[in-house]
Amino acid sequence: MLELGFFYLFAGLAVAAALGVITARNPVHSVMWLIFCFFNAAGLFFLLDAEFIGILLILVYVGAVMVLFMFVVMMLHVNLAALREGFLRYLPLGGAIAAALLAEIVAAGFSGVFTRVPNPGHSGGQVNNTVEIGKVLYTKYLLGFEVAAVILLVALVGAVVLTIRKRKDAKYQNIARQVAVKPSERLRKVRM
Amino acid sequence: MVPLSYYLAVAACLFSLGVVGLFLNRKNVITMLMCIELILLGVNVNLAAFSHFLQNLGGQVFIFFVLTVAASEVAVGLAILVAFYRNRRSIEVEDINTLQG
Repeated sequence: MLELGFFYLFAGLAVAAALGVITARNPVHSVMWLIFCFFNAAGLFFLLDAEFIGILLILVYVGAVMVLFMFVVMMLHVNLAALREGFLRYLPLGGAIAAALLAEIVAAGFSGVFTRVPNPGHSGGQVNNTVEIGKVLYTKYLLGFEVAAVILLVALVGAVVLTIRKRKDAKYQNIARQVAVKPSERLRKVRM
Repeated sequence: MVPLSYYLAVAACLFSLGVVGLFLNRKNVITMLMCIELILLGVNVNLAAFSHFLQNLGGQVFIFFVLTVAASEVAVGLAILVAFYRNRRSIEVEDINTLQG
């Protein structure tokens, strides 16, 4: 009963925050709503015995990705009024598509196929979720883990390459010229 | 005990709201990226729910991979956005048509 109450709390707040993300006028408010949504989703993950993923969502998403969003939103001075133009023009089309999607998925979820899956209950304090994930992540899913690491590295290098820029007025060393320098170019003997 | 269908309904709500947001915020690339995050969050709730109800950790490992790819996508997407803003002083989607020829 308590669990159902917390489920309704987290789920309702997550959906309300998602609504706030898409309707907020200011992108900064959108980022704030999305952070709130991630916190509530982390609560849902805790209810599903996925503690590691819940903590990961808060640490990685709220701590890193949303800070990146906030950084970019505040760095770019955008014309908010121009961005809001035509906001409601696509609402009928998008609303219809999303309503159809929602009706389909909810109908499938409540059709009886998934209601037959019994709730296994909670594993209690003996099972360590992080240890269990580590056991399968480093054995069965090792290749995927390595590929994920490479993807992160590529994204890191790509983001740096995309945003780096050479300033024209800054002074840079020319390393090749520095290494190739000869004593005769630098040293001048003067007769006293 | 919360049934599996309830979690599926929440995931469907998050997914659909993300799709609506993509249609509503057609001019703002940053909000579109945030809507993609919402869609991926809905998928993650689905994966976690099935992982718990089927007692199979593969779902949680897959959430891990989805989070990795989503973080990379955000990093590269925002970098492209910053580079574009430096060149054009705008992030409107209508202005991103240089490659149309």
